[in-house]
Amino acid sequence: MLLLVATPLLLAALAFALPWPRHRPLVLLAGALAHAGTVAWIWGAPPAPALGGWLAVDAAGLLVLALVSALFLVCAAYAQGYLARRRDRDSRGFVGGLLVLLGAVSVVALSQHLGLLWVAIELTTLSTAPLIYFNQNERALEAAWKYLVTCSVGIALALLGTFLLALASAGPGGPRSLLLADLLAGGATLDRPWLRFAFVFLLAGYGTKLGLAPFHAWKPDAYGEAPGLLGALLSGGVTSVAFLALLRVLQVCRAAGEGPFARQALVGLGLLSIGFAAVFLVRQRDVKRMLAYSSVEHMGILVLGVGIGGAATTGAFLHLVYNGLTKGALFLTAGNIHRAFGSKQVEHLRGAARVLPVSGPVFLASFLAITGSPPFAPFFSEFAILDGAVKAGAWAPAAAYLVGLAVIFIGMGATVLRVVQGAPPEGAGAAAAAMGDTALTAGPPLLLLALVLALGLWVPGPLRAVVAAAAALVEGG
Amino acid sequence: MTGWTDLLFILVLVLDLFVLASSRLRAGIRAVAAQGVLLSLLPVVLSGDATETRHVAILAVGALVVKAVGIPWLLARATRESTVSREVTPLLGFLPSLVLGAAGIAAAIWFAADLPLPVPGMHPLLVPTSIGTVWCGLLLIVTRRKAVGQVLGFLVLENGVFVLGLLLSDFMPSMVEVGVLLDLLAAVFVMGLVMFDIQRAFSSLDTEKLASLKD
Repeated sequence: MLLLVATPLLLAALAFALPWPRHRPLVLLAGALAHAGTVAWIWGAPPAPALGGWLAVDAAGLLVLALVSALFLVCAAYAQGYLARRRDRDSRGFVGGLLVLLGAVSVVALSQHLGLLWVAIELTTLSTAPLIYFNQNERALEAAWKYLVTCSVGIALALLGTFLLALASAGPGGPRSLLLADLLAGGATLDRPWLRFAFVFLLAGYGTKLGLAPFHAWKPDAYGEAPGLLGALLSGGVTSVAFLALLRVLQVCRAAGEGPFARQALVGLGLLSIGFAAVFLVRQRDVKRMLAYSSVEHMGILVLGVGIGGAATTGAFLHLVYNGLTKGALFLTAGNIHRAFGSKQVEHLRGAARVLPVSGPVFLASFLAITGSPPFAPFFSEFAILDGAVKAGAWAPAAAYLVGLAVIFIGMGATVLRVVQGAPPEGAGAAAAAMGDTALTAGPPLLLLALVLALGLWVPGPLRAVVAAAAALVEGG
Repeated sequence: MTGWTDLLFILVLVLDLFVLASSRLRAGIRAVAAQGVLLSLLPVVLSGDATETRHVAILAVGALVVKAVGIPWLLARATRESTVSREVTPLLGFLPSLVLGAAGIAAAIWFAADLPLPVPGMHPLLVPTSIGTVWCGLLLIVTRRKAVGQVLGFLVLENGVFVLGLLLSDFMPSMVEVGVLLDLLAAVFVMGLVMFDIQRAFSSLDTEKLASLKD
């Protein structure tokens, strides 16, 4: 289990030390392969807790770990083609930073201690901020600065919340610990007013990292300016671990009998995020910013799902996986379109399906998938959340959720169709000849899309079992 | 002894208000450094019988080195190399932000009196100082336009979090607190690096020029 953390960090050190830029991306691929192999091994035979119970594998962590590892592997394959095209940029920091990110994300997924969890989340911020500045222009600098300031404040608030939680556990007979198992076992002894206080700060802190409205200000900038590859990892991987952190807090609140309070807040923020995203998605001129708002929307859907609870929680865990994979396909193809046209503004993009015969159609199909069109997988998870809401009698949230999804489908659809259809603008052919689809840049997103389609048609038994076990962790089934 | 401890907490709050009211960035940096010195004294005066001496020493020395000397020095260097020395037009004027800050501190005192602490025997000013300082830090980050001003706000915010962490020093492993110091160093270090680049790219430390990304 420690291999999951140690291997990426050692390889990151190697990537920084390696003097041959041409071979550096291979280190990334090696790290991704080793990580994926270890995760597959852990999935088969769950190891015993390590470091005095601070690191352990549970169903929710395993699900996130598997998602991140799969996404990272696909992105590492994509990076081989991408970095070969970006010889103008130094890949040292990029490859090293991505590997540090993989290690940090693994710690979050394995962490059973809320203090350690916080440190690892902090590390994900620190390792990604320089990566956003990969393009080294003014816009990338602005995005990196905003990302750093906003997320640092969020992280500081999350630390305050963690301290308050520790304080809530220190009452008479309390567990006086931040280990998840101790907190859950001693739920009844937690000091409830201080727990509520802690929850508010933790929600604001990890909500910032998740990009929930109204803490989402960094997201469109960071996703808009970062390379598509990083956007895929941020929107599918980093947000997933932030969601996991929030779930840990919800578990504690539930054990202390403050579940309804916490869930109400989650439903509220979830609907607010969907609403914000709907407003900004309509007539969005920038393709990557559009995807960022779509990410705000889907984080809202996840939080709404666990906020409603019951069957909707199962739906939320499924959606976590499906959204991560689909976002990967969307960001990678958006990156390809950006390269081929030299712009990500809608007015310069036309006829992507002709210029990029694979990336263009995959972008369109991934849009259909993410907005909940059958037979793609997100349709089933989004429907499960709706079904859960109706069964729980939450009619108003269910109605608001449906309206939001419909508006977003239309708003995103108008932009995506404009980009994909029609005849390419004059002169697009020359750039596209150099930056056209290759096996390494178009293959990975195509693979992700195929996975999303396959999961829509058939959910494998082991995945179903882990999702059910993860939902039981939150619902206490 | 109690009188001196009270004084420490009150001075921390006064420094919050000073940073809020001051337009000169260098004075703000000095005030934050002074706040760091006060914070390094707090673990010593608050240590009870249950606290390990080693632990108190680590916190006190760590806070002194990082909060009072290291980071202020880094920031001072960053401002010395630029021509910017004043926050001229904050988003919210100095007087209104001072009033808001003071109101926040008053609310924190009122709130803390209303909510009994789960751990007994703690200093009654600790929670209000922490929450009030966090509030002033947030206010600074939101209202200041210069990058240095925002970093100062973040430092004040982190100082508030540090004060609350002192409540846990009796029963929490030191690792969490070491994490605080490390985080502070790391966050501002990276911020500093980015800041040098902002300076190079825009020849000033004004985040208002970072406004081309919007909807």
